[in-house]
Amino acid sequence: MERHHFEAELQTLRNQLLIMGGLVEERVHSAVQALVHRREEDAARVIAGDAEINELQMAIDERSLRLLATQTPLASDLRLITSAMKINADLERIGDQAVNIAEGALTLIPQPPLKPLIDIPRMAALAEKMIRDALDAFVRKDAALARDVLRRDDEVDDLKDQIFRELLLYMMEDPGTIARALSVILISRNLERIGDHATNIAEDVIFITEAKDVRHHAEDRTGR
Amino acid sequence: MAEQPSRTTPGDAGLRIRTELPTRPPEAAPAPAGPPDIVCSGVNLAYGENHVLHDISLEIAPRRATAFIGPSGCGKSTLLRCFNRMNDLIDSVRVWGEIRVKGLDINAHTTDVIEVRRRIGMVFQKSNPFPKSIYENVVYGLRIAGVDDRATLDEAAERSLRGAALWDEVKDRLQESGLGLSGGQMQRLCIARAIAVEPEIILMDEPCSALDPIATLKIEELIYELKERYTIVTVTHNLQQAARVSDYTAFFWLGKLVEFGSTADLFTAPREKLTEDYITGRFG
Repeated sequence: MERHHFEAELQTLRNQLLIMGGLVEERVHSAVQALVHRREEDAARVIAGDAEINELQMAIDERSLRLLATQTPLASDLRLITSAMKINADLERIGDQAVNIAEGALTLIPQPPLKPLIDIPRMAALAEKMIRDALDAFVRKDAALARDVLRRDDEVDDLKDQIFRELLLYMMEDPGTIARALSVILISRNLERIGDHATNIAEDVIFITEAKDVRHHAEDRTGR
Repeated sequence: MAEQPSRTTPGDAGLRIRTELPTRPPEAAPAPAGPPDIVCSGVNLAYGENHVLHDISLEIAPRRATAFIGPSGCGKSTLLRCFNRMNDLIDSVRVWGEIRVKGLDINAHTTDVIEVRRRIGMVFQKSNPFPKSIYENVVYGLRIAGVDDRATLDEAAERSLRGAALWDEVKDRLQESGLGLSGGQMQRLCIARAIAVEPEIILMDEPCSALDPIATLKIEELIYELKERYTIVTVTHNLQQAARVSDYTAFFWLGKLVEFGSTADLFTAPREKLTEDYITGRFG
């Protein structure tokens, strides 16, 4: 027997999360591109676009709460709805981090460039792919893909450390670079946090599909 | 069929600057589709000296489902039966206050009570098909209203049985007795019978209490469909059912209306402590 009405509500919930995921992924991309290509209007657009993401977050939480209250969901439905509220929070924080990157870009763009940005776009590409794959895993209920996302977080962390070491040398050699170097380091930290939020989403996907709580390295991240 | 995230998201978000906040999608009950179908103003009812309904004022939204909840004896079924004047059948009952159905005062001396009961159908806890064929059960109301054209009756029977999600199960045995159906099927037959005379409002008094979980689920799915065409008011002691199917919920206690609001609001953030205590199982 099918609960058509309830199924439609769940599908709407999934779709809203995917829309939100698409929005925040695009914001991260735009913020980093604005920095790399030095376009202040693009950075301003990311900052202005945060309101839309926040509205969507509230709508998703309201729907989730209402479904919990009115549909008495159990088993995988219950895991889906409670995880939707968590994924929602992580996506909104990714959106906030994109705004932080855009604000950093607005600080850096008026100043002469410190050096060509290589690792920042590399980190961004990795983080954006982690978001995209975490959401794909969510749609396809693909725990293997989710575990793959978890493994990539180390790569993002390594790039952040690399950026720090490199810019530390710049700052030690020439104090005039400190302000700009710190801005770039902060942006690398924003991207590293985005990677962390994407891994949270991947952990939630594993919980939804396998009912396993793999947070805090509870399993080896290798599927055992 | 999931939408895939893409860089160009619906509405080209992020590719143009928003100058105002987007409106929040309506997560609670959809806005009423017009003025209320039923308006109660200060409705009271007494059986002899026993004053069982006290100053009830509420509005029933058109083409939505409204649930009446509350502990046994709170007056919810009594109020429901006021809407189609079923309480007339009880000796010594007195009703005062006003009940208007689409503007018509149903308790006025000039009101045709038979017409009221055609416009407002009712389904009971214990389904009560007539000892007739399935077909004759459905068309009974039309026959006694004087309709005898076979083609009209056939069309009405099919339309009503489809509307009650029963057609596929009985279309090849319309001449068999209505009493030979399962409990859930008999209840849907009663719904078909009620909608055959094209009412505007359907009252349901504990429609699923006597049914197993699967039959209950079928009736609940049916209510989602029915409320696109009819206004539904349902009395239920099953809180989860009220939460699942209704758009609005009224909570009654000792003959008084304690709280009325959208189901989403009432079950997530009730205003009255009494409501909160009832729905969380602290009493009742």
